[in-house]
Amino acid sequence: MQNQEIETSNSLSLWTILVTFLKIGAFTFGGGYAILPVIKREIVENRKWVNDTVFSDILIITQGMPGQLALNSSIQIGVRLRGTLGGITAAMGVTIPSFLILLTIAAYLYPLIRDNIYMEAVFYGIRPAVVALIATAAIKMGRPILHGWNGIILCAVLLVTAIITGIPPILILLIGGLAGLVVCKGACKQ
Amino acid sequence: MEIALLFSLFMSFFRIGLFTIGGGYAMIPLMEAEVITVHGWMNSSEFLDIIAVAEMTPGPVSINAATFIGYTTGGLPGSMFATLGVISPSLILILLFSRLLMRVIQNPSATSFLNGLRSGLIALILLASFTLGQSAVIDLPSALIFAALLIGSVLTKISPLYFIAAGAVLGLILFPY
Repeated sequence: MQNQEIETSNSLSLWTILVTFLKIGAFTFGGGYAILPVIKREIVENRKWVNDTVFSDILIITQGMPGQLALNSSIQIGVRLRGTLGGITAAMGVTIPSFLILLTIAAYLYPLIRDNIYMEAVFYGIRPAVVALIATAAIKMGRPILHGWNGIILCAVLLVTAIITGIPPILILLIGGLAGLVVCKGACKQ
Repeated sequence: MEIALLFSLFMSFFRIGLFTIGGGYAMIPLMEAEVITVHGWMNSSEFLDIIAVAEMTPGPVSINAATFIGYTTGGLPGSMFATLGVISPSLILILLFSRLLMRVIQNPSATSFLNGLRSGLIALILLASFTLGQSAVIDLPSALIFAALLIGSVLTKISPLYFIAAGAVLGLILFPY
């Protein structure tokens, strides 16, 4: 990474990086899996800042680490282009449009429409839609992950544990991870 | 008081950012716990409204939600602290610990750990859809909207945006005015 940094620095201005990621942040809807193809088209195909292999490596790290997929991959691309400053610039680029748009909605639009009867009707229909999308996410994420009995039983045990004890989600995740270490130790290869 | 609120907004969203592995809806159970259960900053209906708006606007959903929740909880400073909180774990991990991160992710034990963690994540997202569902599926029309859109979204790969739009239209038609 250090070598690549030296090779590519100076060739790209932070301003160019900022503008590129501002565009990605401002014109893509739906988060992670919707934004990644746009980042790929813009960064790999149009601007050729990183090649396919590097982008695949970035995706592997992105999916194995915490945080937003779009944010993680943007920071990593920024770092490869211009080091730490490049990473911070890319993060700002992908965050600022979200921040400004949602700030405007929360501060000016939402108070105006909140008490309107038709907006109430709209959100009356949108809430079950969002819950359906959340349930769908669980089902679709579950398909590849719960491939064996180990995963299904672990998921069921954790679900019951969460319902009965009400312990914080972070603990459930950590217990799941530790159980994965114990259960899968050499036994389940991907 | 004000500073204490800003600090807890930052810390809450920092924890959400730090434990959202895999992106997308993985953040829902964590956000629900921090925002509704632990701090009581809003109720389930308001939370669902904000998730819907965050989904319909450009940009990563959890950054959108952080800005919105931060603003309704602590005004402009609140939105800044919440947004900074949710992006900080990514920045810190990549900028300061990228080499360590690489070594951890390439370790086979990390795969086992992540697989176990994802089983827990699915349990949590399922549970969140039940708890949040109680404030969304409240009568027959809303139950019908939920069932129809659940079937549609499980069976197809259509963008979530269209399901939210469909929910809005059905809401206008079926709402008990």
